Amino acid sequence: MATATAQVSYLEAKKGILSWLFSVDHKRIGLLYLYSLITFFLVGVTLGLLMRYELLNPGKDLVEAKTYNQIFTLHGVIMIFLFIIPSIPAVFGNFFLPIMLGTDDVSFPRLNLLSWWVYIIGAVMALSTLVFGDGPADTGWTFYAPYSVKTGTNVSMSVLAAFILGFSSILTGLNFIVTIHRLRAPGMTFTKMPLFAWALYATSWIQLLATPIIGITLLMIVAERTLGVGLFDPSIGGDPILYQHLFWIYSHPAVYIMALPAFGIISELLPTFSRRTIFGYKAIAYSSLAIAFVGYFIWGHHMFTSGMSGTARFIFSMLTFLVAIPTAIKVFNWVATLYKGSIHVEPPLLYALAFIFQFMIGGFTGLILGALATDIHLHDTYFVVGHFHYVMFGGTGFAFFGALHYWYPKIWGRMYNKAVANIAFVIFFIGFNTLYFPMFISGLMGMPRRYYDYLPEFHVPNIVSTVGSWILAIGLLIMLGNLIVARFRGRKVTERDPWGGITLEWQTPTPPPVQNFDSLPELPLNGPYDYENKPQIKD
Amino acid sequence: MAHTGLVLPNSGHNRDAEANKFGMWLFLFTELLLFGGLFIVYMVYRMLNHEAFLLSSFELNVTMGTVNTVVLLVSSMTIAMAVSAIQMGQAKRSAMLLWITFALAGVFLVIKYFEWSAKIHHGLFPGLDYYNNLPAGERLFFFLYYIMTGLHALHIIIGMVIILFTIRQTNNGTLSPEKHSLTENAGLYWHLVDLIWIYLFPLFYLIH
Repeated sequence: MATATAQVSYLEAKKGILSWLFSVDHKRIGLLYLYSLITFFLVGVTLGLLMRYELLNPGKDLVEAKTYNQIFTLHGVIMIFLFIIPSIPAVFGNFFLPIMLGTDDVSFPRLNLLSWWVYIIGAVMALSTLVFGDGPADTGWTFYAPYSVKTGTNVSMSVLAAFILGFSSILTGLNFIVTIHRLRAPGMTFTKMPLFAWALYATSWIQLLATPIIGITLLMIVAERTLGVGLFDPSIGGDPILYQHLFWIYSHPAVYIMALPAFGIISELLPTFSRRTIFGYKAIAYSSLAIAFVGYFIWGHHMFTSGMSGTARFIFSMLTFLVAIPTAIKVFNWVATLYKGSIHVEPPLLYALAFIFQFMIGGFTGLILGALATDIHLHDTYFVVGHFHYVMFGGTGFAFFGALHYWYPKIWGRMYNKAVANIAFVIFFIGFNTLYFPMFISGLMGMPRRYYDYLPEFHVPNIVSTVGSWILAIGLLIMLGNLIVARFRGRKVTERDPWGGITLEWQTPTPPPVQNFDSLPELPLNGPYDYENKPQIKD
Repeated sequence: MAHTGLVLPNSGHNRDAEANKFGMWLFLFTELLLFGGLFIVYMVYRMLNHEAFLLSSFELNVTMGTVNTVVLLVSSMTIAMAVSAIQMGQAKRSAMLLWITFALAGVFLVIKYFEWSAKIHHGLFPGLDYYNNLPAGERLFFFLYYIMTGLHALHIIIGMVIILFTIRQTNNGTLSPEKHSLTENAGLYWHLVDLIWIYLFPLFYLIH
């Protein structure tokens, strides 16, 4: 029955660029996202390197102060809205969620394609500010009023782009929720889903319920700029604090849109490479929902210094601390999974371990910032920049690259050079920590963020940081180069399960055919990581 | 999709009416939150500028607002009847009820047009002299009035397009008692549009 036609992989099923651009196959859409995301990521990295170069010495090195402001704003907008928010859900969620659930597509395949096109439109709008109008916004990615209302740069286009990108995010989230509810394989109850699916489920609810708020808020910025109504600008009767509330009501939950999928990735990598059932499956699954839920009510911790009652500050601070509980539950369970496991050190595992290390640093520094007294000292310093990059880049970014290395053979049917991948990882890891760790020190010393210039006493940490950015860039280039070369010259992989994983994507042919499976997927007896009942897996 | 050999029990390419309705409900949540942001802004500024908001609300035409409320409520009823009709297999009646809904939506927009143009005629619009010389609170009231009823009107127009599409599908005979999630979704969307107006009307026209 399942003969030649069923075995044609999704990569070869149809030819031509149009068969990709208008494909409704979730796997192809995932790759469309991957290629566009990586492109924008590299633009963002370049802008980051420019910023670091400018900060090598006090005073002017390369660009004017205004250009610097535009660079860090565009860096933020690209990295947040174009890279890290869509990253794991749009690429790996699209590609692997239906396969892991044992079905052949998401619930709304055409809506899925639409969300990619909406994403591209938003991305083109965001990048068009480089060429058209009065230059990219110089407000920072937060677009705080009243400055965003008054500045002469092209804020309107940037916020409209963010608004459009929000639509794409909502559509993806909606699609995933319905898919998870409707398309699980027979017998796969919610508590037998892979944890990646759980993480995406929690993420999707945030995407759905938080994104509209930023959409309408950003439209109000545009209205205020074009019509001159005093919504947020105090000089014409508006309330800038209200803007900050509305902005963070979305943008704080949004950091969980960025982080939760990464938790899901780590929960996949660790069982596979320690050949052990995940420890505390339900605790990990429900803690994702808990993080998503509590994450809604803590936005005020971004505003401790901008005018809020003492009671509100106290409550927001306490709720912020509460988020640490489900997060710590995850970390303990991950570490417990490794304990007495049969650990196979492969490139994806290295990224997962680096994730745990860096995310813990990011998480603990987050608690320091969530505490009222220390936040007054550290607010708007480089400590915040260090914290944010440890969580987002050291966390989600590393999980993204870990996932890329993990699923690489499944996606393309080729294997990269593992030795090179390991070397790239080490350089990347060293570069990352050299780049961002000194920021904690300069932040504690009081160096404010977003400044183009700084006092001479901050010189040393800045030199270290900038050198770190070069190391990081080298690691990144080697890693991506290795992956690109492997796409064309890598060793062919035909076995279904090169890592010994047991979630359903490892039961499909490599690379998967258009309809994903060539035989009915077999669910492991006791949940998705049932290594006890699968003694025959390859070592 | 050409499934050779294996047909998976679940597939995004299969028809799944439950999924369609579920997706629509989720979409409605996002719509509620989109307006929710505006309702928060309205609430905050009403508290900060209580007098100005009160004064400005007298400028609105309660009669026109009331008529529009009735028009929308009736249209919600007719679209609900259209859903019942298609469930009973009465495609013709369903299409006719959808046309009535469409017409009522048109009536709503015409009345809205007269309301807006009367205000704009008096110079009550952001950018016009009369408006620009108002106190900040009154400017905010009218701005919120325009943006909230404007966004609502945009939803009416989108709803009309959806209704037209549903009518076409009904007349094509693609909808049946077994397969009518399109009509139901059009109905759900239309009820949301109605619901939001039920909040907008008292907030702007009635509460003193």
